Amino acid sequence: MGYDPSNPMKDRITDVGPRNYEEFLPPIIKRNFGKWLYHEILEPGVLVHVSETGEKVYTVRVGGCRLMSVQHIREICDIADKHCDGHVRWTTRNNVEFMVDDEAKLKPLMEDLEKRKFAGGSYKFPRGGTGAGLTNIVHTQGWIHCHTPAIDASGVVKCVMDELYDDFQNMRFPAQVRISLACCLNMCGAVHCSDIAILGIHRKPPMVDHENLGNMCEIPLAVAACPTGAIKPATVDGKKSVAVNNERCMFCGNCFTMCPSMPLADEEGSGVAILVGGKLSNRIKPPMFSKVVVPFLPNEPPRWPQTVLAIKKILYTYMEDARKYERLGNWAERIGWERFFEKTGLPFTAHLIDDYRFAYTTWRTSTQFKF
Amino acid sequence: MAKRKTPMLDELEKGRWPSFVSDIKQEAEAREKTKVDLQTPREACDDLLGLMELSYEDKVGHWKHGGIVGVFGYGGGVIGRYCDQPEQFPGIRDFHTMRVNQPSSYFYTTEYLRQVCELWERRGSGLTNMHGSTGDIILLGTTTPQLEEVFWELTHNLKQDLGGSGSNLRTPNCCIGKARCEYACYDTQHLCHSLTMEYQDELHRPAFPYKFKFKFDGCPNGCVASIARADMSVIGTWRDDIRIDQEAVGAYVGGEFKPNAGAHSGRDWGPFDIEKEVIDLCPTHCMAWDGNKLKINNKECIRCMHCIDTMPRALRIGKDTGASILFGAKAPILEGAQMSTLTIPFMKVEEPYDEIKELIEKVWDWWAEEGRNRERLGELMQRQGFGKFLEVCGLKADPRSIKEPRSNPYIFWKEEDVAGGWERDIKEFRKKHQK
Repeated sequence: MGYDPSNPMKDRITDVGPRNYEEFLPPIIKRNFGKWLYHEILEPGVLVHVSETGEKVYTVRVGGCRLMSVQHIREICDIADKHCDGHVRWTTRNNVEFMVDDEAKLKPLMEDLEKRKFAGGSYKFPRGGTGAGLTNIVHTQGWIHCHTPAIDASGVVKCVMDELYDDFQNMRFPAQVRISLACCLNMCGAVHCSDIAILGIHRKPPMVDHENLGNMCEIPLAVAACPTGAIKPATVDGKKSVAVNNERCMFCGNCFTMCPSMPLADEEGSGVAILVGGKLSNRIKPPMFSKVVVPFLPNEPPRWPQTVLAIKKILYTYMEDARKYERLGNWAERIGWERFFEKTGLPFTAHLIDDYRFAYTTWRTSTQFKF
Repeated sequence: MAKRKTPMLDELEKGRWPSFVSDIKQEAEAREKTKVDLQTPREACDDLLGLMELSYEDKVGHWKHGGIVGVFGYGGGVIGRYCDQPEQFPGIRDFHTMRVNQPSSYFYTTEYLRQVCELWERRGSGLTNMHGSTGDIILLGTTTPQLEEVFWELTHNLKQDLGGSGSNLRTPNCCIGKARCEYACYDTQHLCHSLTMEYQDELHRPAFPYKFKFKFDGCPNGCVASIARADMSVIGTWRDDIRIDQEAVGAYVGGEFKPNAGAHSGRDWGPFDIEKEVIDLCPTHCMAWDGNKLKINNKECIRCMHCIDTMPRALRIGKDTGASILFGAKAPILEGAQMSTLTIPFMKVEEPYDEIKELIEKVWDWWAEEGRNRERLGELMQRQGFGKFLEVCGLKADPRSIKEPRSNPYIFWKEEDVAGGWERDIKEFRKKHQK
């Protein structure tokens, strides 16, 4: 029984797809599917959803790491078995949700979750991530498992969330705040519409491994990968390779994605850019992109103090200054970006003025500015 | 005991937020002691910590570029990964990722999760991502010979398939939908699951110019980020009137109900002011409050959700629900970030979803024919124009698809648009007009 390497096609099953979600829905969810009337946040991290049948489901939301061991998942299962009849779910932002069908079951569940800590002292299941507060940071792999990162991911997230922990457990912001992290411009974590985005960037052009490039890369693909046409075929010491016009490099790393012989990551060259003011929701104002407000901060493992500080400056200036329901980007637009830089104390430099494809659309073409 | 010292990573065990370092250490310790017949290196987690510590010292990653591995017959679902210091960290010499297609909206039974844990402890590193950015359960780190073994056990014992990677349909994803949300305008989970099953071939066998993502949001709040992240974004909406419970509106005004479902309760914002917080913030100013009754001019409503989000016990989405369909979102690589463009303002979303499938297939055919290598749909739409895209979809131009009409007059007229065509005789012209 099991896989037979000598006969790989024997009894092979393919294309079965994911498990059907209906198998996994808790009974109360199944009974009230599509019948929900309204919800309320009872306290940070605790929701009640009320159905037209009169039934209520109570949810306790806790933060989690995207990276999770099977030991930890088993602990989540133990909790779900004890309190939630063996059901649990995750959210799109790496939170875990435990649901119970009776208010009386809430307190024991919450107490159970609260007391659990890792050996190092951190909480395993911080409750929060609801309403006009900070929810969990979505992020990418970083140094733990990716080959193109400019920064780490899990570590930076840990540092930021440690500092903002109280606001994960509170709801004192003008609106919800979504922080996201992508460890390179490929943005497998698509952070480009976040209230605050932490983005890994490079600042040194690719090194070319002329010795091996001809054997490791399809040269036309590497050439075609460059959006600014900075790469051309070249013969170096009799070997087929490429030449890079460094002046034209925008450090996107797309060449490295296509060609392993053109690495960009560097101890001094790579680091953090911070973007702000994006959103996805259509609420009040349309969705919008995040904008670069800090062009570069160095990688500072293990605690990334400058990155954490810049985020705190932005977040708490917004918290003090914005109106109720105003998202970070809508606040910045209302007060004007000149005011944003003044109030946050972030330096404005020429790096922040767009000079790519649609640059002109972001230049001010009016006399409506503030002194 | 840990295999080697990791003083920098140990700093990440401090602080209150859950520490992934503590969690990896816990797994490392369990692997050291376990009686499970481990099929992968016992020291995998220890070596991963060691490699991470090295990255923290060097400030760069230590994984080699790519690596083509997979399971037989599939072109995606496995991401090859090799450590660039294999002598130092033999336990993670090869440390491949497997993407496992998550169930819609991430509901699980513990029975299923324990099966996944048992499999991945024995045949992998014991480390996962719950979940990856696209939505899959990520099984993080196993050796090459284990890939087929894991796939066999997944399909036979867990009745569970891999997700997508590479130039194929990526694992579709959806919001929580009707399972636990009163705003869901269609059954996001069912549509997501149905299309995932329908397009298994496209998901497992790359035949596209580049990746393609579906995401399904149940309402314009957009919890699964489809408008920013999906080549095809399906976003729930309605075309009749917002349902109003006037008594409940009164309860909000009277302070009996907490506005925005209690989302702002961490701070004293003063008493709820319906004029300031709802009427004045309505983007089209289509609402009025006379002190007694709330009125909405639904014809002018753009369904932004603000009033409903703010007074969920008083206002409900309409009954004639469906979805808006938008195309072309992507992250910045390469031409810059794009959001999806509204292509079909409203479509009913009903089983067996034939209308949606027809649309998808028209778009795929065009993209497969015209798309360049590694060109996302949104980039092709830009390159060939939205007019062309409408033609491909068989749709008429609709002002709802644009923010504003073009400001340049460079219209690409076609010959058939112009009376008399383009063929003219220069000699006839010269008879009337001297050189």
